[in-house]
Amino acid sequence: MSQFVQLTVYGLANGAVLALAALGFVLIYKATSVINFAQGELLLVGAYLFYTAFVLLRLPFAVAVLVGVAAAAVLGVGIERVILRPLIGEDPIAVIMVTIGLAAVLKAVVTMFFGTTPREMPKVLPAGTATVAGATVPLDRLVAVAVAVVVLAAFTVFFRWSRHGVAMRAVADDQQAALVQGISVRRIFALAWAFAAVSALIAGLLLADIAELSQNLGTFGLVVFPVVILGGLDSVPGTIIGGAVIGLVSQYAEGMSAGASQVAPYVVLVLILLLRPYGLFGQPRIERV
Amino acid sequence: MAATAAGVFHTSYASELRLRHTSAERLRLVLVVAGLLTLPWLVNPYWLGIVNTIGIAAIGAVGLNILVGFTGQISLGQGGFLAVGAFTSGLLVQRAGLPVPLAMAAAVLVTAAVGAFFGLPALRLKGLYLAIATIASQEIIIFVVRRWGWLTGGQGFLDVDRLTLFGWRVPRTSFEFVWYWIIAGLAVLAVVTARNLFRTALGRSFMAVRDHDIAASAIGVDLTRTKLMAFAVSSGYVGLAGALTAHYTQTVTWERFTIDVSIQYLAMIIVGGLGSVAGAVYGAAFIMLLPPLLAELADALRTRVPLLADQLPAVQAAAFGLVIVLFLLFEPRGLDRIWRRVKDYVRFWPFRY
Repeated sequence: MSQFVQLTVYGLANGAVLALAALGFVLIYKATSVINFAQGELLLVGAYLFYTAFVLLRLPFAVAVLVGVAAAAVLGVGIERVILRPLIGEDPIAVIMVTIGLAAVLKAVVTMFFGTTPREMPKVLPAGTATVAGATVPLDRLVAVAVAVVVLAAFTVFFRWSRHGVAMRAVADDQQAALVQGISVRRIFALAWAFAAVSALIAGLLLADIAELSQNLGTFGLVVFPVVILGGLDSVPGTIIGGAVIGLVSQYAEGMSAGASQVAPYVVLVLILLLRPYGLFGQPRIERV
Repeated sequence: MAATAAGVFHTSYASELRLRHTSAERLRLVLVVAGLLTLPWLVNPYWLGIVNTIGIAAIGAVGLNILVGFTGQISLGQGGFLAVGAFTSGLLVQRAGLPVPLAMAAAVLVTAAVGAFFGLPALRLKGLYLAIATIASQEIIIFVVRRWGWLTGGQGFLDVDRLTLFGWRVPRTSFEFVWYWIIAGLAVLAVVTARNLFRTALGRSFMAVRDHDIAASAIGVDLTRTKLMAFAVSSGYVGLAGALTAHYTQTVTWERFTIDVSIQYLAMIIVGGLGSVAGAVYGAAFIMLLPPLLAELADALRTRVPLLADQLPAVQAAAFGLVIVLFLLFEPRGLDRIWRRVKDYVRFWPFRY
């Protein structure tokens, strides 16, 4: 029982981080219909941006977070402007490949500046343990879940009620109709990439804190795919459910047989693709000829 | 008559189906064959080794281009299929004692079957969803290869004996030289069969599915059969490349077949040119030559720009990513289109078009 609770907390913590990473992915897909293979690398770059501001430049925590968020937003907007905009209307494979190339460049740049050995980062989240239902669980995982829930809730509120949030949903729904309404689609595209980079930064920060700050953060990007397919490529609530489910499933699988967490998300992915390709909450696409 | 000064035009189906249209193309073929025949005497064993890896990569890239460039089915599962080919051939030789040519042929068939199986999602999925499904097949195949101890006898990798053909063991001293002829022969075979594939009804149905699958099925192309055949044919080539890797490098480990390899092969066909057999070969050469050439450059500039040499792996990775991005931004049709433009420029000179 106590192992079950422990696995659940670990799974939810991983799932929360996954949901944050997936949120950025879904934002980009919804607004710009680009599949972003560089999401894991955005996470990596975000974590190192924060590390630079917090540890290397010795800024206070709050200022470091602000600097990191600003830098991530600028990076996101820059990527959209320079790399993705010229490819609007191209083949999906061209768009996929350009983000894969971008991922290679981002990862290489991080390696050039910080090397491949993990970096020491002072603990930001509380380090102690708590007892939940008879199981000892680390406090940092619980706080990570809380932070992710707050951020995801904030984004949900933003989409529902804020002016720009509504505009983003309009663009996602129908670009031409949004243009007719006087919404600047270009600005929305930039906004989507900025938000994606920022949510990736937060995810990277949490992950660096509960695991370690190293190159391996980037590999998290691949696990985003099972999450978004499960939740539906264009659904924000779907990412939360998807993240939680994938996080839990892989931890339970790991609990049953060590190492199984590497493959469990992909088995779920194949099952979902075969049974319900547009995910739990996604909109089925109807193709007209 | 096929060619005129204003471009290559055809007046009959027979002339359009011909492999070579102009006398310049026939001359170029002669030059290429002469180059291939003299190459092993012109370069040292180090560069011949690189040429051999290019040859193997070219076979795999031609295979992937059949699937991605000609049939329009995005696949990120290339690494997994290479692994299937490598392990099949390696195991058949090491455990079952089969002769190498037979084992390689078996690897081609087994990989084609596995490819068709993992192509099943393509019957329902398109574009982005298919790309993600193939990531799953990649990860699942590699997981099986990593965790199934029987494959490697529990040591994590599979040792393969130095190549023995019809009782003759390849000598260590002329290792690269002998392998050059094997790989070059098979690569030429792969290119010729792929070129001819697209003169047949099957190859044309691949292209019809790529251009518009619904329209293709409306004119009587069986989508199920065509998509599965595309996965099978493509994976067959990839299986051959995998089997060659196994016998050429003499070890098979899962680390050689990760998703990074899948990405590398996709980069080859992007850089070379989607939907072009020659482009796949150009792309394989470009991507495989990039790291050693950068290493040479870093070595030459060691005193002036020490950063380049110190950070070589990162520089190589960054160059790889940049090449993909720049090609997609500036020449999405790849080296093949650049070469075609050069030919047009010469043909129309002194006019611009």
